[in-house]
Amino acid sequence: MARSKLERILQSGSFAVTAEVGPPKSCNAAFVRKKGNLLRGYADAFNVTDNQTAIVRMSSIAAGIVLQQEGLEPVIQMTCRDRNRIALQSDVLGVAALGIPNILCLTGDHQSFGNHPEAKNVFDLDSIQLIHTVRTMRDEGRFICGEEMKVRPDVFIGCVENPFADPFPFRVTRLKKKIEAGAQFVQTQCVLEMERFRRFMEMVCEQGLHERAAVLAGVMPIKSARMARYMQKNVAGMMVADDICERLEKAQDVQEEAINIVVEQIAQIREIPGVRGIHIMAVAWEEVVPEIVRRAGLYPRPVTEIE
Amino acid sequence: MIVGELKPVEEIVAKVKGYSRILVVGCGGCVTVCQTGGAREAETMAHLLGMALRDLHVSLDWTCVARQCEFELLEELKPRLASFDAILSLACGVGVQAVAEFFPSSPVIPGLNTTFMGMPVRHGRFEERCQACGDCILDLTAGICPVARCSKSLLNGPCGGSQNGKCEISAEVECAWHLIYERLERLGRLDNLERLVLPKNWAKSRDGGPRRMVREGLVPDGEE
Ligand code: SF4
Ligand code: SF4
Repeated sequence: MARSKLERILQSGSFAVTAEVGPPKSCNAAFVRKKGNLLRGYADAFNVTDNQTAIVRMSSIAAGIVLQQEGLEPVIQMTCRDRNRIALQSDVLGVAALGIPNILCLTGDHQSFGNHPEAKNVFDLDSIQLIHTVRTMRDEGRFICGEEMKVRPDVFIGCVENPFADPFPFRVTRLKKKIEAGAQFVQTQCVLEMERFRRFMEMVCEQGLHERAAVLAGVMPIKSARMARYMQKNVAGMMVADDICERLEKAQDVQEEAINIVVEQIAQIREIPGVRGIHIMAVAWEEVVPEIVRRAGLYPRPVTEIE
Repeated sequence: MIVGELKPVEEIVAKVKGYSRILVVGCGGCVTVCQTGGAREAETMAHLLGMALRDLHVSLDWTCVARQCEFELLEELKPRLASFDAILSLACGVGVQAVAEFFPSSPVIPGLNTTFMGMPVRHGRFEERCQACGDCILDLTAGICPVARCSKSLLNGPCGGSQNGKCEISAEVECAWHLIYERLERLGRLDNLERLVLPKNWAKSRDGGPRRMVREGLVPDGEE
């Protein structure tokens, strides 16, 4: 039986739920515990971000361990921005040694977005090469250099894909490359423009990629109309439909409307062929996740047998 | 070509403080083409510094050599050096180092910031094109370099931050991978992007330490 609960849930055919947990900008483990306790039971696995938007935070592996101690299953995000192939492979071994069963490989935001824009970036590997590396370590027991290891890291390998980036046709090609490199599940950029996502999923299904990896659609509750407009205009690689901005602008109770929108989106996403779950990114608003999951009819989460 | 831009005059003034006889040396190579470190700029710089350092009784003169990055071409400076206590070089970092190596006891100050290897794309506008990675892959990428021109030096296509042809770091920066995609499409070679490109050998790049190249047939007998 798979070590990863997320993997077991996807194998069972249940609609999976994952949620993002951002580590703090300090070494406050209590903060991570608190977030974890708030979310316990409302998702199958919890993504711990890796210095997201290039802002220094508690390491994703350390925060993941804190969550694991609280009984939550982490998905460790690993970006290629800050570590070369030596450090990345070492951390893959570390993650597996600590019993964390999921790794999500991504390129990482450029350091110019963060709080150390003067940093030297690494990008020794890109995300696709990282996926391939983890798969080779796990399935062939070999490092990039070809040397063998005695105990292989048994991890469920994830990737991200952004249906809202360009060139649009390449997004499906890129996903295919990631799957061929070894990705078993995919979390998409948050869907705030449903038509584009539908077209993306049609292309994914035409190529049969939905059968080779589990696609989890990203969703994001947006706390204010201003934030929605900001993301629409200024965030590279995001698309926000006008009607989402307008609904938030007109709403009496903006937070209530934000939740309504996400719950409706989840209902629509569940109808799209090929989608096997959702990934909730409630950045700095994690406390809203339980309500979203309940109102979307996805609570309680299925229980899977553990060996 | 190597592109360099002049340091701000105040910075140069601060760097040359303490010297009383300074020779500004321009370079007739790349930086003449950039119009940042040639004869004209050397003359102007000598003039500007002369004014800025007038009260300190600093004397300045200028000259220009064909290329500062070749020892033979630095020969002509030899007779003049006795009358100066510092050289301000307006060459790229290679030229500055050649001068330092050729004149072991003269202080050399860089007047330019060497910025990149590139070319003029319009009059007066230069862009980076190559990072000398030591293992050229331009055949796979339709003649557009992702190592130098993608902000993350990615090798397997555009990241999730590419939108409307622009790079995620700024609306002013073109996404190199978008350009590569469009050109491969025109060439009917989009299949290049379906292939998994394995990790690059960065040991051939600067990461392997300072590099050198031996051109067979040019090395005098008995060496190497
Ligand atoms: S691939 Fe390497 S050698 Fe070729 S242009 Fe790019 S940096 Fe230069
Ligand atoms: S947007 Fe394009 S140029 Fe910028 S980092 Fe991504 S792939 Fe590279």
